[in-house]
Amino acid sequence: MATDVQIAHQIDDTGVDLDAKLLLELYWQMVRARRTDERTWVLHRQGKIAFHISGIGHEGIQIGAAYAMRRGYDYAQLYYRDLAFAMAMGYTPHDFMLSIFGKAGEPTSGARQMPSHFSSRALGMLSSSSPVATQVPQAAGAALACKLRGEDRVTVVTLGEGSTSEGDFYEGLNWAGVHKLPLVCIVQNNIYAISVPVHLQMAVPNVADRAPMFGIAGAIVDGNDVLASYRVMSEAIQRAREGGGATLVEAKTYRPVPHSSDDDDRTYRTRDEVETWKQRDPILRFQAYLRERGLLDDEAIDEIEQRVRQEVDEAQAAAEAAPYPPAEDALYPLFKPLDETD
Amino acid sequence: MADRPITIREALSAALREEMQRDERVFIMGEEVGVWGGTYAVTRGFLDEFGAKRVRDTPIAEMVIAGSAVGAAMAGLRPVAELMTINFAFLALDAIVNHMAKVRYMFNGQFTVPMVIRTTTGGGKQLGATHSHAPEVLFAHFPGMYVAVPGTAYDAKGMLKASIRDDNPVLFVEHSTMLQRRSPVPDDPDFVLPIGKSDIKREGDDVTIVTFGKGLEWSMAAAEQLEKDGIEAEIVDLRWLRPLDLEPVFESFKKTNRCVVVEESLPMFSVGAEVAAQLQNEMFDYMDAPVKRVAAMDNPLPYSREIELMALPDAQKIVAAVKEVV
Ligand SMILES: Cc1ncc(C[n+]2csc(CCOP(=O)(O)OP(=O)(O)O)c2C)c(N)n1
Ligand SMILES: [Mg+2]
Repeated sequence: MATDVQIAHQIDDTGVDLDAKLLLELYWQMVRARRTDERTWVLHRQGKIAFHISGIGHEGIQIGAAYAMRRGYDYAQLYYRDLAFAMAMGYTPHDFMLSIFGKAGEPTSGARQMPSHFSSRALGMLSSSSPVATQVPQAAGAALACKLRGEDRVTVVTLGEGSTSEGDFYEGLNWAGVHKLPLVCIVQNNIYAISVPVHLQMAVPNVADRAPMFGIAGAIVDGNDVLASYRVMSEAIQRAREGGGATLVEAKTYRPVPHSSDDDDRTYRTRDEVETWKQRDPILRFQAYLRERGLLDDEAIDEIEQRVRQEVDEAQAAAEAAPYPPAEDALYPLFKPLDETD
Repeated sequence: MADRPITIREALSAALREEMQRDERVFIMGEEVGVWGGTYAVTRGFLDEFGAKRVRDTPIAEMVIAGSAVGAAMAGLRPVAELMTINFAFLALDAIVNHMAKVRYMFNGQFTVPMVIRTTTGGGKQLGATHSHAPEVLFAHFPGMYVAVPGTAYDAKGMLKASIRDDNPVLFVEHSTMLQRRSPVPDDPDFVLPIGKSDIKREGDDVTIVTFGKGLEWSMAAAEQLEKDGIEAEIVDLRWLRPLDLEPVFESFKKTNRCVVVEESLPMFSVGAEVAAQLQNEMFDYMDAPVKRVAAMDNPLPYSREIELMALPDAQKIVAAVKEVV
């Protein structure tokens, strides 16, 4: 597998100027998303939910990216692996639990849309679709709107490397290039699209190698390094905000779990490969970094784990206790009624 | 050779395998068809058996899957292209509608397009609005391609083999929740069903239920319930939306004088609308009641289990519709 960035064991904090409190917040975000995700796998195994598609392993790029944004101001148009990203934008374990159980009051869709289709007007998360890559032209459109209105709002859009084979990816980024749109497109390259390895998706070694054909900037980052991801995303977002146009950011990462709860990954990759990548886990790497700097010790780690576990437990209990949506919710009006105001 | 009960999945596999053995020009391409053996395991083992030349994993690019199948068919091969689900066919609409279905007509018959697009349809699996469509009828709207909608293993095998052998393009639509359904199927490698023939799946004198695909299952269950109330439903399985064979429907209607059309797709501009229109044209004198339609709710399909099921047809809704007309 050709990768320009060798995924390392170290964290590269060059040029990253975050204080101790923020560094620990990043760590907490990663752990919180991971534990919520792990719990969801358990709930699936218990037969309590229909389906899960996981973000485990992708937390480095996602948390790094979210913290590089002006959250609450910039737009994000996310894909199904972005649980950590969405949580850093303000989505909560409770929201996610309501979603996977399909319960009334689920905030992104009223339990109408599948889980992991993160969407919230209040949090600046634009819509998600199940057909892959369709978000790229839409995000370019959102970036166009911001540009036309003269705002310095940036739109960040994410997808997987396999999904870059779709026409939507090319059409969206071409449009962003032609009009220098304030867009950052993150490709989370985990080297598989379900079972299909990246070399059957594309004949170039890196997704970001395609940036020049759109006339936009390209960058490759170790997506399992939260601080390197933060730095590269900060640069891309700054460029977009200052009128320098779009960037295609490729984050090299890995999905150590099956594609979804319907997948059996033993048919297409070796356990050795999976184990090797588990050594490069973004949370473990960041934890080691924080320990070395004296910001984290066993006690602090336990405290974070307990706090997260309690939040996830409470979220699950509340969602299980919540009612299902009433029957008339299936009939939610498709069109905005004349007398309804925002 | 004796008929054996096998699943729809096995029937599809057998049809593909036999046709690939029979004709070297037949090849398979699509997302996840090779190493993974197909999203629904229909092509499991095919990569080893036929090699990567004839069983090809494609990038995630539906336009390439459908469009390059059109090109390969024009250039003399017989592609069986797979779209993981019919929801993703929307990303390939131009290739399917403007080219697969029209090349022969537009260019005066110089090119035939002997290709099959296999895909899966249907909701009911909590996959949300953009992932749960059953839009077969949309494709049947366009002249120039056949649309196959089998509901049993027997039909799946015979119809897929017919589709691959035919020189015209076929959209072959399998129901994602029915692949494990079992029925007796001939082993004979020359078992092929005719294209565009409906089939009576149950005989009865009181009402004609016209349906296809998943609707067949709901209708059979409804017929059992109706039988307890002394109502005998005749079930006509269309099997193909194009060519559409309504002769058996007309024949049945002459004796029942009543009709309910059952489909999973949305109610407006539907198969139900087409059948009702043709019935009132051809069978006006036999009509004792309005033609009823049972379809999904006219809304995107919701995710949450209860409201999703509520939005879909079921046996109960069919029973209620029948009771309105008998
Ligand atoms: C248009 C479309 N085609 C196919 C699919 C089925 N599908 C869902 S996820 C997926 C793989 C995506 O791989 P990649 O883009 O690498 O993202 P990853 O899941 O690896 O993060 C596929 C083929 C889909 N959802 N949409
Ligand atoms: Mg991938």
